[in-house]
Amino acid sequence: MSENVASFLYLVSGVLFIMALRGLSHPTTSRQGNFYGMIGMTIAVVTTLALAIPSPAGFAMILGGLAIGGGIGAVTARRIAMTSMPQLVAAFHSLVGLAAVLVAAAAVYAPESFGIGTVGAIHTQAIIEMALGVAIGAVTFTGSIIAFLKLDGRMSGKPIMLPFRHIINIALAVALVVLVVLMVTTQSNTVFWLIVILSLVLGVLLIIPIGGADMPVVVSMLNSYSGWAAAALGFTLGNLALIITGALVGSSGAILSYIMCKGMNRSFISVILGGFGGETAAAGADDGIQRTVKTGAADDAAYLMMNAQKVIIVPGYGMAVAQAQHALRELADKLKANGVEVKYAIHPVAGRMPGHMNVLLAEANVPYDEVFELEDINSEFAQADVAYVIGANDVTNPSARDDKTSPIYGMPILDVDKARTCLFVKRSLGSGYAGIDNTLFYKDGTMMLLGDAKKMTEEIVKAMGH
Amino acid sequence: MEDRSALGQAIEQLEQAAASVRLAFQEQQAESVADALAAGAGAASGIDPFVFRFAIFVLAIFVGYYVVWSVTPALHTPLMAVTNAISSVIIVGALLAVGISASGAAMGFGFVAVILASVNIFGGFLVTQRMLAMYKKKEN
Repeated sequence: MSENVASFLYLVSGVLFIMALRGLSHPTTSRQGNFYGMIGMTIAVVTTLALAIPSPAGFAMILGGLAIGGGIGAVTARRIAMTSMPQLVAAFHSLVGLAAVLVAAAAVYAPESFGIGTVGAIHTQAIIEMALGVAIGAVTFTGSIIAFLKLDGRMSGKPIMLPFRHIINIALAVALVVLVVLMVTTQSNTVFWLIVILSLVLGVLLIIPIGGADMPVVVSMLNSYSGWAAAALGFTLGNLALIITGALVGSSGAILSYIMCKGMNRSFISVILGGFGGETAAAGADDGIQRTVKTGAADDAAYLMMNAQKVIIVPGYGMAVAQAQHALRELADKLKANGVEVKYAIHPVAGRMPGHMNVLLAEANVPYDEVFELEDINSEFAQADVAYVIGANDVTNPSARDDKTSPIYGMPILDVDKARTCLFVKRSLGSGYAGIDNTLFYKDGTMMLLGDAKKMTEEIVKAMGH
Repeated sequence: MEDRSALGQAIEQLEQAAASVRLAFQEQQAESVADALAAGAGAASGIDPFVFRFAIFVLAIFVGYYVVWSVTPALHTPLMAVTNAISSVIIVGALLAVGISASGAAMGFGFVAVILASVNIFGGFLVTQRMLAMYKKKEN
């Protein structure tokens, strides 16, 4: 009977997790949703402890582990800068992956504790589920570490292309299948660790060829993997909370990957195969036509914006790098005080993870109802006097819309060129992450503001003061 | 104010849940835990419990699909942080390994897994809370 009650409680915690995600459909309900998630987690932990009452030594270790891990987690959550969220999420994914590997290892060494048989005689079905969980977990672990290093700038964002990498990956995948079969027949610990090692290698090899610009997809994809790993182990343990959560997280990551791919007009396969964003594509750069660029100073920008009726701000990854969100809010405040209508336009792939820009703007106290998604605001650029592009580049490139020969043709863009004037803040006239020249720079209505995003914005604010 | 009452309610629910688990456990203490775990959900009906679990899994994927599509794009970063936190419910496996296993190795693996999962649980929920607290409406 106790086991039935426990299953019921695991179901309750699974439902609470669903409600946690459901809450995120609107900012006003989101905080309560997060709270449901915490309750769900507490129920799952308490239920497990009540179902299988730990030995005193075990209980001490559990409390110790919770205190150490919880302490590290709480301090990190409090200190992390909002601009570093992509790295943090990647790091967290790697921990889920490693935890999955360790839980599977524990199940191999002490199957009795999990009710899946005895050492050397684990149920076949449990072994297959476990092997699957451990393989996905290990891939998630090393893959996320690579993603973390790339996002944190500790490793170049350029794709690393090994020769024959597809053949190597396929060989590794085949070897993994063979090892799983061996694991079922021999139940050997050595085979288990071989599966772990091969999967760790595969995780590295899968992510190193993927360029920095594709990191939003990678982070979402690894999010999905961590879910599938959890679900696979949920089957091994027969735990409803884990199965439900794994399915939720798995599909969540998959949907985010899909949204990101669509935002870049790339297929998921082409992202996974990698190689994009590294080559210095010369497309459209050397057509022999002399093109002129109009540059301006902070004073010009301040004058244009103060005399506008409507200004749309387009932030991108450069804003995050320069930490310009607070200066940007000040600029918007000045404009609003002067009766100018201000809106923000966010491209789905702006930044290094889904929703990155929205969090940064929220951090700078920009109200969320002034921030709009691409499809909701794109038609408004035609009525805007000024589009202020800060730290975005490829997502504003008109050749994605007009030039069929462009490598990014078909990617949805923000139509900033339709605004009367486009102010474009940029460090230099170089090309963007995709290595493609932006034809927007040479349009009549464009004024380039060359400089650091934060400094330039601050100077404009100063120029507005007098 | 609304949050407060939700908190109170939730804690009450939690206490009730814990109490019922305790009660149920006392009734069944004689039965070995491992046996109980192995019995599976569908023991009575003769269908492999895997079928039930798989059914729940498939349905949960569909629930996840519809729920996640309804998440506003503005909250995609908190979504990733909170999915991170909830996927650390894998800690239940780690708790079993540390709490009731006889193998030293398994306890060791479980202990490290408890630490890693709790970094994620506390870190994930708290950073989500921190982010969500920043989303504000226009003051009018």
